[in-house]
Amino acid sequence: MKTPTKINRRGFLKSSAAVGGGLVLGFHLPEKGQAQTSGPLKLNAFVKVGTDDTVTLEIHKSEMGQGTVTSLSQLLAEELECDWKKIRTEFPGVEPVYGTPMMGTYGSLSIRTSYNQLRQAGAAAREMLIQAAAQQWNVDKSQCRAENNSVINTATNARLSYGSLAAAAAKLPAPTNVPLKPAAQFKLIGTSPKRLDTPLKVNGSAGFGIDVRRPGMLYASLERCPVFGGKVASFDGSKAMAVPGVKKVVQISNGVAVIADNTWSAMEGRKALTIKWDEGKWASVSTPALRQEWAALAAKPGQSVRKVGDAATAFAGAAKKVEAVYEAPYLSHAPMEPLNATVEVRADGCDVWVSSQIQSAAQQTAAMITGLPAEKCQIHTQYLGGGFGRRGGADYVAEAVEIAKAMSPTPVKLTWTREDDLQHDTYRPASYVKFSGGLDAQGNPVAFSARIVCPPFGGNNTAVEGIQDMRYSIPNVQVEYTAPDTGTPVSYWRSVGYSQNCYFMEAFLDEMAAAAGKDPVEFRRALLAGTPRLLNVLNLAAEKGDWGKPLPAGRFRGVAVVNNIGSFNAQVAEVSVNQGKVKVYRVVCAVDCGQVVNPAIVEQQIQSGIVYGLGTVTKLGITLDKGRVVQKNFNNYDPIRIDEMPVVEVHIVPSTQNPGGIGEASTPTIVPAVVNAVYAATKKRVRMLPIRPADLV
Amino acid sequence: MAAVKFTLNGKSQTVDVVPQMPLLWVLRDHLGMTGTKFGCGMALCGACTVHINGQPVRSCVTQVSTVAGKNVTTIEGLSADNSHPVQKAWIEADVPQCGYCQSGQIMTAAALVAKTTNPSDNDIDEAMRGNLCRCGTYQSIRQAVHLAARYQAQSGGAQAKGGAR
Repeated sequence: MKTPTKINRRGFLKSSAAVGGGLVLGFHLPEKGQAQTSGPLKLNAFVKVGTDDTVTLEIHKSEMGQGTVTSLSQLLAEELECDWKKIRTEFPGVEPVYGTPMMGTYGSLSIRTSYNQLRQAGAAAREMLIQAAAQQWNVDKSQCRAENNSVINTATNARLSYGSLAAAAAKLPAPTNVPLKPAAQFKLIGTSPKRLDTPLKVNGSAGFGIDVRRPGMLYASLERCPVFGGKVASFDGSKAMAVPGVKKVVQISNGVAVIADNTWSAMEGRKALTIKWDEGKWASVSTPALRQEWAALAAKPGQSVRKVGDAATAFAGAAKKVEAVYEAPYLSHAPMEPLNATVEVRADGCDVWVSSQIQSAAQQTAAMITGLPAEKCQIHTQYLGGGFGRRGGADYVAEAVEIAKAMSPTPVKLTWTREDDLQHDTYRPASYVKFSGGLDAQGNPVAFSARIVCPPFGGNNTAVEGIQDMRYSIPNVQVEYTAPDTGTPVSYWRSVGYSQNCYFMEAFLDEMAAAAGKDPVEFRRALLAGTPRLLNVLNLAAEKGDWGKPLPAGRFRGVAVVNNIGSFNAQVAEVSVNQGKVKVYRVVCAVDCGQVVNPAIVEQQIQSGIVYGLGTVTKLGITLDKGRVVQKNFNNYDPIRIDEMPVVEVHIVPSTQNPGGIGEASTPTIVPAVVNAVYAATKKRVRMLPIRPADLV
Repeated sequence: MAAVKFTLNGKSQTVDVVPQMPLLWVLRDHLGMTGTKFGCGMALCGACTVHINGQPVRSCVTQVSTVAGKNVTTIEGLSADNSHPVQKAWIEADVPQCGYCQSGQIMTAAALVAKTTNPSDNDIDEAMRGNLCRCGTYQSIRQAVHLAARYQAQSGGAQAKGGAR
């Protein structure tokens, strides 16, 4: 099977910023004789107004918990001047206006790429409603203003509801480049209305991909080769067919699917399959062997990815040299909703109901497998039960389309088990880094070098980001990179390369501070004068986190700073270590993410990212043995639970700078903040994750 | 196949399925009640939590034959209008992020506040540690359970409205 379209997140940011005019708002000039006759009336690609006065907003960024349904509605409603209580939201299909070259949700970009576009869309729709009212009153539109789902005639105080104006407004040409409110006039941006999706998520009615039901639908479970890249040599499905409820057994590109009239029967039928695998060339891969191989690679020079000054000469003249090797394991995303897709393939088209982060990839995958034109493949986005990067892939969509094609025209829902999820993920890559740091006689850093060994994935810098672009001003820097080949599929995982590289960087910087005999906060301050926003969050976190102040007996602090996704954050973690067991009590995070749209959601995302990262410090790691993933379910890949949750305090720097990202901001920072606190507690450096208690006693 | 009769959200229900089928899949695939979620299939994550005779139970490892004659309550049966004390508290604290685990979290919390008048943070951790949340909503969950306990007290106290029917 072909891999789905490769995604370059940075490239996307550039191209989407360059798009302008009608494409940005998706104006559709009404054609004569084709007036809309039923349903809410479309003013542009993001706004529909119903004759019942409801306002339907198109949410083109997937909702996976990060609050897009609410925060994107705030951007639209800020200019639309609609009644917040009358808002309905829906997830649209794939259209160029929702993302060019591709529609998707990744890279903590939703607010960054939508901030101007959606305010423009809201303002344009508002102006059309005002124009419609002005025409009805036969006055100039300057005499009208919009407020709370109505247009008001300022001379007479007459009001017309948006609902009563919708039909006329929808026939008007759309204005472009409507002036936007200055920040001082914001009524919704910068406030925290309750999330629009909460009521649906407390009574079971929110529709996730896994909840899709179609008339006559069947259910599938797929057995894949336990070794990556392996293939079916032969199989016998006769015992599976004997399981009650099983309808069919089908071989597809990467396995054998059992199709039944319910999910459980499909899973039971799958257990009864007999399959002989051709395991392929990766059948002997193991984690200990990979570590040895990568250590050998790190002993040799790699490709230079950053060079400042002359590190070799500076090291030769340094008063003190610090060296360390850091390692991080493969990680699984493990979103709570197991991967799934429901697909119906007909001769004339294909429908895909899916919780997807990249709808364009899902659509292209469906088109490629069915042979249908892309526009005949409709993607129906559902709520995502977590994404974290995993749902950016279309591998699970491809499987479901192949199965549904074999069962055409019957719709089929493919549901992965948790075991499938952990054993067939596209993993956060493992990584191995060899560091050196040089200090002068006063303890000032004069040289820094890093040699990174990490499987390549995604864009050009993903394997090295977080070290290559580190913000400390050190006069001589050399960063090198070597890409090993492992056969293990890797991809984006919340915060991408920063997830491991900021751990390495910030933990090693702490080693340099210790070698210099300096306080970790003081040491960083001196090196961050050139990055004032990062310095500012460091100072704020140190102040709010009581850095330098006494702690209860047995508790220790660690600090770390990260600049990723256009935002800046610093964290101070308080921990204790008892018999090697690490407990985190309190995390204070200061964050500067530019203009904030919804502070409560920013706070949620900081907490969320911290929990996601914290699990990797103490508990989570994917290991390989005989080409197979060892971890099978939440018993041996056990994320953070409520009794391990520290108190998290979030301090947001007020700002009117362009919005930065937030979904991936705090995940990398928590890791070094905790391991640096562990060093303060034990004088032992954590150079490999997850922490094994035996290493600390 | 065998007919199994039980009470589901206050109404009599008969299903004709393989008796070993987990209650989770009977609810989701046969009865179309998709509020109860699949997360692990091994009682490790709590996403599938329902009440059986008022007790929180993992429906992914509960064979449907074992609920014959019993009262089963799912998230859909907690209230018709988000008025259960735990739902009110979850809305007030804006707990859910992706929301996938929240049916299970809410069912576990409903059982807790039904029997514990004023739960401590430790009581909450003890009762809720079987429910995983990958979005990390735990701080909001703690806050919301305290709030739910207060709402529960206002609406007649523990035992009065615990979700069991």
